Amino acid sequence: MILLATKKLVKYFGETHAVDNVDFVVNESEVLALIGSNGAGKTTLVNLISGLFRPDGGQILFRDVDVTHQTVHERIRAGIARSFQLVNLFDQLSALDNVALSIFSRQGKTRKLLALAEADREVWQEAAQILHVFGLDAKARMLAGGLSQGERKLLDVAVAYALRPKLLFLDEPTSGVSTREKAPIMDTITSVVRSEHISAAIIEHDMDVVFNYSDRIVAMHQGAILADGTPDKIRRDPAVRANLLGATEGPR
Amino acid sequence: MSTLAVALETRSPARVLVWAVPIAVALLVVPFVLESYQTILLAYGLVMAIAALGFNLLLGYTGLLSFGHSAYFGVGAYAVALMVKYLRVTSMELFLLGAIVSTVVITALFGFVCVRYTRIFFGILTLALSQVLWSLAFKFFWVTGGTDGLRVPTPMLVGVASAKGDKIEFLSHGYYWYVLAIFFACVAVMWVIVNSPFGKALQAIRDNEVRAEFVGVQIWRYRWVAFMVSGIFTGIAGALWVPLNGLTTPEVLYWPFSGEIVFMTVLGGFRSFAGPIIGAVVFNYLKTFAVGFTVYWQLLLGVVLVVLVLSLPTGIVGTASKLLGRGRHTG
Repeated sequence: MILLATKKLVKYFGETHAVDNVDFVVNESEVLALIGSNGAGKTTLVNLISGLFRPDGGQILFRDVDVTHQTVHERIRAGIARSFQLVNLFDQLSALDNVALSIFSRQGKTRKLLALAEADREVWQEAAQILHVFGLDAKARMLAGGLSQGERKLLDVAVAYALRPKLLFLDEPTSGVSTREKAPIMDTITSVVRSEHISAAIIEHDMDVVFNYSDRIVAMHQGAILADGTPDKIRRDPAVRANLLGATEGPR
Repeated sequence: MSTLAVALETRSPARVLVWAVPIAVALLVVPFVLESYQTILLAYGLVMAIAALGFNLLLGYTGLLSFGHSAYFGVGAYAVALMVKYLRVTSMELFLLGAIVSTVVITALFGFVCVRYTRIFFGILTLALSQVLWSLAFKFFWVTGGTDGLRVPTPMLVGVASAKGDKIEFLSHGYYWYVLAIFFACVAVMWVIVNSPFGKALQAIRDNEVRAEFVGVQIWRYRWVAFMVSGIFTGIAGALWVPLNGLTTPEVLYWPFSGEIVFMTVLGGFRSFAGPIIGAVVFNYLKTFAVGFTVYWQLLLGVVLVVLVLSLPTGIVGTASKLLGRGRHTG
């Protein structure tokens, strides 16, 4: 059942213990929310697991394999994908190209120099299909740089999803979009990951989103895990209420 | 927004052929229409176009600005000259092969060092390494002929010796078509490369290095291969250039020549596939005109180029496609 587990994971930035002895678990086929105030260490944790940062100590096990020292490339092959808090797309490529690139990469085809990308119909059909799932069909030929913020957020997730991961980290998938757009974005994302039994770990600040869409919530505070449990349990947890809910349920 | 005005690359081969076929036919009949001098001038332009095409795989598609492409042009040229001097080779095909092998070796080595860096660091490293080669060509005069350079006689093309004596006739007909054939081949191969999955990966690296890594592209390997491919094209150009010029000197390894390659590419427009080709041919004419017009030709050329770049920031091709209404709106 356990897909990913970190053991006493540590990351320091100078004197700051950004991630401090964290034992973090993601189970198979669950939608997990990672919450905490700014600087709690959520993004650092994701950066460590996805391979952007090297940990200063501890272990990362993915499907019982130690991936602590694997490259980003190897972790993606193993099935860990992520999106970014600040949208990270290939702005001068079309939305379709953005997704197709993930597919080419996943299939090891980006090494092909002397074959026209356009001729690979299977890849383009899959890319079109993925855009359809994310409701971006109409935007397929538009440059990613020209999409609206909400569309860019979805495309960002679609690019990661096209790698067909087993575990998908989403760093604030609804930040920077209007409150009205949040629910449709989260509906789309969760329906995709649930229908394909992908585990998703979502960093999110909006507590409505967190409580509505997640199976389990992990709350972080000052680099450590403060609480871990179902939405109901977290809602009632005194430590979480004291440290997080008061702080984040202000005006938006 | 200017980024939105950048049109997607034309995708369908049919649309490309509509443009390419008439241009190809026109280029083929040039020796029958223009006088020898003009034909040879165009041959120089086509050779530079191959160099710029290679250069732009790095600048336009991978987002790496090399200030050292004179090195690979020079390696191609000197490979030919040294094959003549030491191996008595006369076959143009062997020259091209020798140039390709030499540039692969040099770019594999230089690229290995350079592609770990980007932006200004990459530019400075490529510049520094190219000047190492320049100083070698300059100092080892017993091998390279120093500033006198090395002479290269007219080569045999596909096993056929040139008509004896009339060099102008050879260069403006047989050799022009030879250059043209290689040019077509290079354009076709480069077009496939930039439209291949590999080409897409390069563009992804250009747009967003971090994300490219997180879709599984091993960035430095791709940059390295791009660096080599880029160098090979420029090396082929160098090899084709020597018989035209009859001589190679350390000038082609010197940094101002790298600057010219950058300039012709920017002039044509590095955002489009055809930009460097057009830019190289136009630059070649501009330079020839400026040299013939005044002894202060560098000044004249500099002013003309500054004005052109300021007034046509997307290059000749970018501006032309906008004027033709082909700049597809995407917003």
